[in-house]
Amino acid sequence: MRKILFVMSHAPHHGTDLQETLDIVLTAAAFDQRVSLLFLDDGVLQLHQGQSPEKFKLKDTAAIFRALEIYDVRDYFIEVESLQERGLKPGNLILPVREVYRRNINELISHHDVILSG
Amino acid sequence: MKFTIQVNSSPFASHGGLSAVRFIETALLMNHQIDRVFFYKEGIYHAFKYVTPPDDELQLTKKWSELAERHRLDLVVCISAAQRRGLLSSDEAKRRGKLDDDVASGFRIGGLGQLVEGMLSSDRFIEFA
Repeated sequence: MRKILFVMSHAPHHGTDLQETLDIVLTAAAFDQRVSLLFLDDGVLQLHQGQSPEKFKLKDTAAIFRALEIYDVRDYFIEVESLQERGLKPGNLILPVREVYRRNINELISHHDVILSG
Repeated sequence: MKFTIQVNSSPFASHGGLSAVRFIETALLMNHQIDRVFFYKEGIYHAFKYVTPPDDELQLTKKWSELAERHRLDLVVCISAAQRRGLLSSDEAKRRGKLDDDVASGFRIGGLGQLVEGMLSSDRFIEFA
């Protein structure tokens, strides 16, 4: 089993990018790999609650995130500074997350075998 | 060392594809192995057979086909990303009654399972965006 970390750094609902990244997350989890997600920069917005992308004919990615639990994906890390810079708090997010300070991000990354961007 | 490569960007929107080609050529020269190249997201635009850039510009699709032939590279194009962007596989072309498919020589259609499989069976996984 490999420890795979997805570094989610892009805003949601920008084309099909996030949807396609989540498809890899699901596939990796279905292959019984240990999958974690790290949210930083605009990626923290992917977990912001109360979005209505369907109004813009876009996929509801929040529903996909919630479904990840079924695949045993439970490790969500969020960069504290990225969240603060956007005026958000962990309570504004759709999933429980573990907060990581920017100075500890490199260490978190080094504990994984494969890193993917998303 | 065994590498699996992922290409996520279109040939015209970034240098990702060209960087991937150069990386692969150098790695092979140094006797490393390229396990698989997986084209995902906008990267599937590398596989369009009939793409014809101006003569004096980079012919990236042709370059991939030549590279695949010379080194027996496994170039896999993700089926869901391809369908979303209108690249027709031979099965899909037949089903829709089209005269021909869109997949350039050396490329084959596959699924995300092949990406993860490549990731697990190689020493290094590198993404080009």
